[in-house]
Amino acid sequence: MSREKRETSTKQHIMLKIKRRQPNRSRAVDFLIYLFLFLMAAMMAFPLVFAISSALKPLDELFRFPPKLFAQNPTMDNFQDLFVTMGKSWVPFSRYILNTVFITVAGTVGHLIIASMGAFVLSKYDFPGGKTFFRIVVVALMFSGYVTAIPNYLILNSLGWIDTYMAIIIPAFAAPMGLFLMKQFMEGLPMSLIEAAKIDGANEWRVFTRIVMPNVKPAWLTLTILSVQSLWNNGATTFIYSEEKKTLVFALQQIQSGGIARTGQAAAVAVIMMVVPVATFILSESQVLETMASSGLKD
Amino acid sequence: MKEYIRKYFILRRHNFKVAVKKAKRSKMCYAFLAPYAILFTLFYILPVVTSIFFSFTYYNILESPRFIGLQNYVNLLLQDDIFLIGVKNTFLIAVITGPLGYMMSFLFAWLINELPRWIRTIAVVIFYAPSIAGNLFMIFSIFFRGDAYGYINALLMDLGIIDAPILWLINPQYMLPICMVVILWMSLGTGFLSFVAGLQGVDRAQYEAGYMDGVRNRWQELWYITLPNMKPMLMFGAVMTITQSFGVCDVTMNLCGYPSTDYAARTVVTHLFDYGFSRFEMGYASAIATMLFLVMILCNKAIQSLLRRVGT
Repeated sequence: MSREKRETSTKQHIMLKIKRRQPNRSRAVDFLIYLFLFLMAAMMAFPLVFAISSALKPLDELFRFPPKLFAQNPTMDNFQDLFVTMGKSWVPFSRYILNTVFITVAGTVGHLIIASMGAFVLSKYDFPGGKTFFRIVVVALMFSGYVTAIPNYLILNSLGWIDTYMAIIIPAFAAPMGLFLMKQFMEGLPMSLIEAAKIDGANEWRVFTRIVMPNVKPAWLTLTILSVQSLWNNGATTFIYSEEKKTLVFALQQIQSGGIARTGQAAAVAVIMMVVPVATFILSESQVLETMASSGLKD
Repeated sequence: MKEYIRKYFILRRHNFKVAVKKAKRSKMCYAFLAPYAILFTLFYILPVVTSIFFSFTYYNILESPRFIGLQNYVNLLLQDDIFLIGVKNTFLIAVITGPLGYMMSFLFAWLINELPRWIRTIAVVIFYAPSIAGNLFMIFSIFFRGDAYGYINALLMDLGIIDAPILWLINPQYMLPICMVVILWMSLGTGFLSFVAGLQGVDRAQYEAGYMDGVRNRWQELWYITLPNMKPMLMFGAVMTITQSFGVCDVTMNLCGYPSTDYAARTVVTHLFDYGFSRFEMGYASAIATMLFLVMILCNKAIQSLLRRVGT
């Protein structure tokens, strides 16, 4: 019943939109634009679709020419082979999965807490040094992690963290992108909300956990997504040497580099690695976009 | 003059006292910021400083660093031919894929803006997915495989354009263009999301006002209303694009090999890894990192001052 109602209301909404067509749009140009967009989308999606369908192709179809975009007799053989290869590895495969999950979860949770605490005071209070600090964080957005890779190695080495999980997890806490997005989003929170809570006798920590955090849900979802994306794809090759501490991505890449005989498995690997980041993004797209609306850099 | 200087110092001292008092009153703020600030200093500020410091030394981890002045920079620019190849490749990639990727991000975000909501949602996923799909770009190595089984080769041979398979990823002639195509395919990242979100936030009333004032077509609307409103997002997108396009190494290393034939796909970052993590010449690698850092920051500043003029 309620669903029907909603459907009719969206229909009305669409009708309204059609009526409110902008005056300066011609149908011909609109059509051309849609055609162009459709073609571009098809081009962008082609490698993705192709990878997924090759993962489902049986061996005789993988090397057939001309290649078919979609598998004729889709099988899960490649995935099964992948599991067989995994089972034969020297370090049990569950260990790689455990490592990745641990690094991803620990890094994300820590990053979320620490970055939101910093963003909270930077956005809502005026204190000496705060603005300067934020400006430095923005500058840090401007150079990529490769610049700091070598000194980071030296610093982690002197801390004795090389070849431990800490080498991946702790630097991930301080990712400047998270603090930046969180701070920009928190600027939008009305100050009166915080003052009202203070008058009611809440201290800063309570204000932060009970008032601010529940109100910036889209932002912390976005931070989670970004952090999961970067940690999940982290090969952990430079800072970790021991085989039993390496991550899933590293192990899968080893399988992938097995040459032509493993073409099908390699495609299966690529699909597995793609699924987690893309799925998390699809699930949280509207929240991520809501956060990104406040991502602008003002001078 | 003396009076003026004396007054200036009194003012400065006063300001400083006010700041100290304020700082004392906002202890709570520092307590909240401290965890992030410490880690950020440790892993982002300190590395840049040490990198600049080590770039003036010879340092191989085993011995303690030895000060050698500007020798590293002199060697880099005058003697290291491979570095110059890397610089050339990085600049080529940055100059071509950077602006193109940036414009593509904005163009697609702008074009899908007026689509119905559900189509837009799907379109965003399709355009954004390549940039977060991990190493799915390895699928291109199957398209461009060097033997007759590679799809591109097989197709071209079938059509009679070539009669022997081309070693796409081994022949220096073709490496860079192929890498650029792959990088462009992956270039709709965080900046693209920011554009999509920003376009949704532009106030409708401004367009209505624009129609009244005689905005006639899409392009005028774009230049006079949309772009000025989007300036902060444009800045953010530019920062993301520049950082990414100067840091290219993943795609070239994975597709063309490391090291690649004749170093034809070497970039500055690849060179940095070579000296830092294979040869452990940390001083030399730090000099590369410092130069990369300076170029990235300068380029960002230049582009930002350019973007400030948009829509005026």
